[in-house]
Amino acid sequence: MSAATPEFSLRPSGRLRRRRIVNRIMESIGTGAALLAVAVLGIVIASVAIRAAPALSLDFLTKPPNLFGGAGGGISSALIGSAVIVGMATGMALPVGVLIAVYLTEFARPAVAGPVQLVLDILNGLPTIVTGIFVYGLLVIGHTQSAYAGAFALAIVMLPLVARAAQEVLLLVPSALREAGLALGVSRWRTVLGIILPTTFGGILTGAVLAVARAAGETAPLLFTTSIFSPGVSTDVTHALPNIPVLIFTYSEQPDQALHEQAWGAALVLMVFVLVASLGAKALLARSRRKLGR
Amino acid sequence: MAAVPSEYRLQASSRRLSDRIGDVALRGITLAAALAAIALLGAIVWKVVALAWPAMSKFGLGFLTSSTWDPVRKHFGALSFVYGTAISSLLALLIAAPLAIAIGLWLSELAPRGARGVIGSLVEMLAAIPSVVLGLWGILVLGPFLSHHLEPWLHANLGFIPIFGAPEATGTGMFTAALILTMMIVPIIASICRELFLQVPSELEEGALALGATRWEMVRGVILPATRTGIAAAIILGVGRALGEAIAVTQVIGGGTRITKNIFGPSDTIASKIAASYQGAASGLESASLLYLAAILLFIGLLTNVLAQLIARRFDPLRGAR
Repeated sequence: MSAATPEFSLRPSGRLRRRRIVNRIMESIGTGAALLAVAVLGIVIASVAIRAAPALSLDFLTKPPNLFGGAGGGISSALIGSAVIVGMATGMALPVGVLIAVYLTEFARPAVAGPVQLVLDILNGLPTIVTGIFVYGLLVIGHTQSAYAGAFALAIVMLPLVARAAQEVLLLVPSALREAGLALGVSRWRTVLGIILPTTFGGILTGAVLAVARAAGETAPLLFTTSIFSPGVSTDVTHALPNIPVLIFTYSEQPDQALHEQAWGAALVLMVFVLVASLGAKALLARSRRKLGR
Repeated sequence: MAAVPSEYRLQASSRRLSDRIGDVALRGITLAAALAAIALLGAIVWKVVALAWPAMSKFGLGFLTSSTWDPVRKHFGALSFVYGTAISSLLALLIAAPLAIAIGLWLSELAPRGARGVIGSLVEMLAAIPSVVLGLWGILVLGPFLSHHLEPWLHANLGFIPIFGAPEATGTGMFTAALILTMMIVPIIASICRELFLQVPSELEEGALALGATRWEMVRGVILPATRTGIAAAIILGVGRALGEAIAVTQVIGGGTRITKNIFGPSDTIASKIAASYQGAASGLESASLLYLAAILLFIGLLTNVLAQLIARRFDPLRGAR
């Protein structure tokens, strides 16, 4: 060894320096990507809000559209129609979804639970336009479009969401609770209905709200089931009812400026509803999860 | 035992009977609901195929290789829509996958504790925006912006690559559709990735850092290899969503049956063609052909979902352990 004095510097050099630079670049890419996503969200919300502003008024929410199209008029009939359709869909999807979740968490053996779970996952990932086509073939061909056909299509979209949400909270129920019931001689079904389901009520409810938020914005299932309607206010579920998503879709395809303005207004109403509902539900879900997790 | 009065025994056994009925009934009802879900999926497949049958029997698999959609001569083929679907989803995937993985990494590894929850839920909010609203935004805001600014620039500077052809004046086209699809699938892939990354045992991560790896080397050497299959499943799920998205794509893709290299030109996907013709088809054969398209879409949907679930379940020890 020669007597060259090694110079120890705390400054990284050569390879280490390059590695640190690469690291810094990759970290910035990550930060940039996250900021980009948030910026895009901000841009979408802001531009919808700005363009919707001229359309918004009390009349917009409480009056039906003008019979002859064009400016003026509101979206009250579509709001009512959407509420009716989504309400019916929830009425169909919620009980079935909760029952499926109870079966999966309380009764099913893994060999049976697996396929059911897979079917739910497939239903969740199915293109919603296919769901719409299915219900069109089942309930619309040979009859007419109707609100209940639309509601059935939305219920198919909601079912896996509700089942999954209910399943998640049911799995959080401490097994001590279940065993305590059984140890006291309470039968299985009374344990499930009297102890387990009530503890998960909050969680299931928020899961349902999330599913409603998703369903309220779904257009594809309604396009073939309840899209050809008269603009007036109606709650007759045997006919096609006006609804917000289809209204936005058809107005956006028109060249008419006034209709675009209405579409922006309706889009803002829909977006605010969906975002507030899903944010609120998620906050509640986190809370009930903490409570059950204790 | 013989000392137990008979009335007690009677009571006990009668309660047991009602309980037994209750147990069987609850089990039966919930089982019926689960079976109904399976039957529903079966019914969807059966009904869509039955509706599409006239076109299926007439055109067979040649439907997939013919690009004419001619209602007058009653000849229908899906090739241009298959092409539009494949290219728009591929473009969306190319942009979305790296972005989403980067966001997932940032949220799970880099983000300051306070920002993590907020940014995470903001990214998830992007997924909650209804597709029809995104489509409206795409057709009236994003499209015009692209056609006046980004697309002419890309055409002028990178026009020697044939995919950057002449922009469309309206801003509707494949590229706009791909960007909207990107916006829809980034949050989906990102949130799955974040969950995956958070499940990597922290001893492994800390071990890598203790050996002197930089954070990026730790990500590349530990996190990404450990979650590879999960990331693949997440990407397949995202692509499945992009392939099947009808509404927003219909609004922004412009509608066209020509197969062109130019990604700025109008096109149509399988899903958007179905959605665009909701007001009715001219002939029975045309509507059967549209339903054939729906059957193809159903098949793609089944395939991507089953694939993603199988990958996630079989190869991912992190998820399988649950």
